[in-house]
Amino acid sequence: MTAEQQIDLPGEPAPAGAPPQVDNLDALESEAIHIFREVAGEFDRPVILFSGGKDSTVLVHLALKAFRPAPVPFPLLHVDTGHNFDEVIAFRDQLVSQHDLRLVVASVQDYIDDGRLSERPDGTRNPLQTTPLLDSITENRFDAVFGGGRRDEERARAKERIFSLRNAFGQWDPRRQRPELWNLYNGRHRAGEHVRVFPLSNWTELDIWRYIQREKIELPEIYYAHRREVYLRDGMWLTSGPWGGPREDEEVVAKTVRYRTVGDGSCTGAVESEAYTVDDVIAEVAASRLTERGATRADDRMSEAAMEDRKREGYF
Amino acid sequence: MTETTTRTAPDSGTEVELPVHTDLLRLATAGSVDDGKSTLVGRLLHDTKSVLADQLDAVHRASADRGLATPDLSLLVDGLRAEREQGITIDVAYRYFATPKRTFVLADTPGHVQYTRNTVTGASTAQLAVLLVDARKGVIEQTKRHAAVLALLGVPRLVLAVNKIDMVDFDGAVHDKIAAEFTAHARALGYSDDAVVTIPVSALHGDNVVERSERTPWYSGPSLLEHLESVPVAPDPFDAPFRMPVQYVIRPRTSEHPDYRGYAGQVAAGVVSAGDEVVVLPAGIRTKVSKVDTPDGETPRAAAGHSVTLLLEDDVDLARGDLIAAAGTAPRVSDELDATVCWLAEKPLQPGARVLVKHGTRTVQAMVTELSARFDEQELASVDTPDALQLNEIGRVAFRTAEPLPVDDYADSRRTGSFLVIDPSDGTTLAAGLVGLPLAPLAAAVGE
Repeated sequence: MTAEQQIDLPGEPAPAGAPPQVDNLDALESEAIHIFREVAGEFDRPVILFSGGKDSTVLVHLALKAFRPAPVPFPLLHVDTGHNFDEVIAFRDQLVSQHDLRLVVASVQDYIDDGRLSERPDGTRNPLQTTPLLDSITENRFDAVFGGGRRDEERARAKERIFSLRNAFGQWDPRRQRPELWNLYNGRHRAGEHVRVFPLSNWTELDIWRYIQREKIELPEIYYAHRREVYLRDGMWLTSGPWGGPREDEEVVAKTVRYRTVGDGSCTGAVESEAYTVDDVIAEVAASRLTERGATRADDRMSEAAMEDRKREGYF
Repeated sequence: MTETTTRTAPDSGTEVELPVHTDLLRLATAGSVDDGKSTLVGRLLHDTKSVLADQLDAVHRASADRGLATPDLSLLVDGLRAEREQGITIDVAYRYFATPKRTFVLADTPGHVQYTRNTVTGASTAQLAVLLVDARKGVIEQTKRHAAVLALLGVPRLVLAVNKIDMVDFDGAVHDKIAAEFTAHARALGYSDDAVVTIPVSALHGDNVVERSERTPWYSGPSLLEHLESVPVAPDPFDAPFRMPVQYVIRPRTSEHPDYRGYAGQVAAGVVSAGDEVVVLPAGIRTKVSKVDTPDGETPRAAAGHSVTLLLEDDVDLARGDLIAAAGTAPRVSDELDATVCWLAEKPLQPGARVLVKHGTRTVQAMVTELSARFDEQELASVDTPDALQLNEIGRVAFRTAEPLPVDDYADSRRTGSFLVIDPSDGTTLAAGLVGLPLAPLAAAVGE
């Protein structure tokens, strides 16, 4: 397996005239490591946004590889909605202690408790993350914020740069993006502005899973099939938790499910799945007829431009 | 070559083909307004099954909302609100699709708004470009401009997709005439005939996009996707002399690694091995590579595209911004930069302007000392001498830099022959810079 993923070097036996083959995971990994090192070299206070989901876990793995044998030279930032899966928080804490990382937490619950934010009527807290995120960026003077966003996730993301400039209000202006040429990233910004950096821009969901398989990256257990009590709402299997539970007309059933994304518990749905291992998940993703956001995120279904609108306001 | 395994998906029981090892092709698309480029890209995604049911449902719903009888596949790619409202594409968008043979990263560049800016961006990393023309209109001014920009940026291979072939009744003579005209233009830009392929397609109906069409019996070549899957592409020139800009110095200073001092970077060109003689620029210090380290451990050598960490034999003073190069074939080091510049900003370029130049991992102050020529946009073959260079114009510009830079000609090395011009006041990227005159017609036009 590993041998096949090596880059074929010139001088080694190869069919005459054949160009060297570069495995696409090697190319994506090298690109992401290059991006991490550029940011470490050019910014004063970078931070990695970390949700405990698979994309941000892959980000942390790549950051560890980029600076090895030295430690990762920046902290993680978790914007905690308070609607967490226990498995994800346990996983987060374990990862942080295992690699001796620093963790900063911005808590949506604190904002709700002291009245700076109020709960939405639908109970979902994903859109509420923007204010604590921006406040934390300002308070900690973070000037580069790594996110796990991928361009294949959504149409508005497809037009985002790898280095995405945000104004002092954290806003993205799609019409004023800098052209991104070669691999020369322009991270210059004025005081108060910051840059969102997306090292996984060119990865697809399948690439992420193939990389998790190849690198043997551990994930929160909820990514794999397990029995869970769930109820159906808006075509998604939701689980009850501190964020609320089924209404009277919603029946709770036990299903074998897994999560394709990890987000706020109130609006992240599980999918019925028998995928117990990474190999199973890869086969499932390859055969899936739904995108991960379409399958499991109520917040992205709101309108044709739901993601674009939230990004303009300073969302991830 | 590509291997695949077959697995059964756990839920559906469907057999899926999974690549064990695929290579990556980076391509760009370019076309004019109404050539049907978004439709072609939508068709490629749709027919390679890269579009999933919920995305397709959204397109069906949106098409119906707009009163269309058939789904408009361009809605798959036009992502921003203004684009959907106006039915246009504003910005470069990146698309991903894969077949068992290859993985594709596609930079979809719009044709009408700021065409140079967008085409330059998409072309800067592309190994191949697909240009579209409308079969009814043939090769137009903008096709020639796009091809010239692609040639300038060094995109190694071109495909001309002659779209809307159904609108000319699948007439082979129409296709052949367009193909001959385009091939002649590409040849004048320096492309060899085997680097240019012409394919008659109907993006709307799918002819020759993924499957070969029975309605073009006079065409014996591959479908567009077959060509993209099989065209040979080298990731980066491996035979070029070794170059690596230093990104970051790794010094753990831990009890386990008290003396480790590694220079992290991505190999920009060529190959590096332990034992190689190298020179550190601009200082000009010679030393040897003692070890090529990677995140997965030591390796005997690394090639262009690899992110590595080099350890050197001597304790030299080296920092981010320096370039490590093969000792025998080092680039020239100079504080005068003679370059071809694609101007990408609203604010025009004027001689005397103070700017920043970002080359490799080094950013230096610079002054525009001379604007000697503006190139005609179609052939890049004729010139005039303007007072200023405007948005989307291409010209020959000389810079004096505050510190010397180690540069190659862009024609020899895309990575170490390129630079950004940046506005020091607000950080805007003003221009794409290419060292030297990367295209034969440019040199001829200025009499060199």
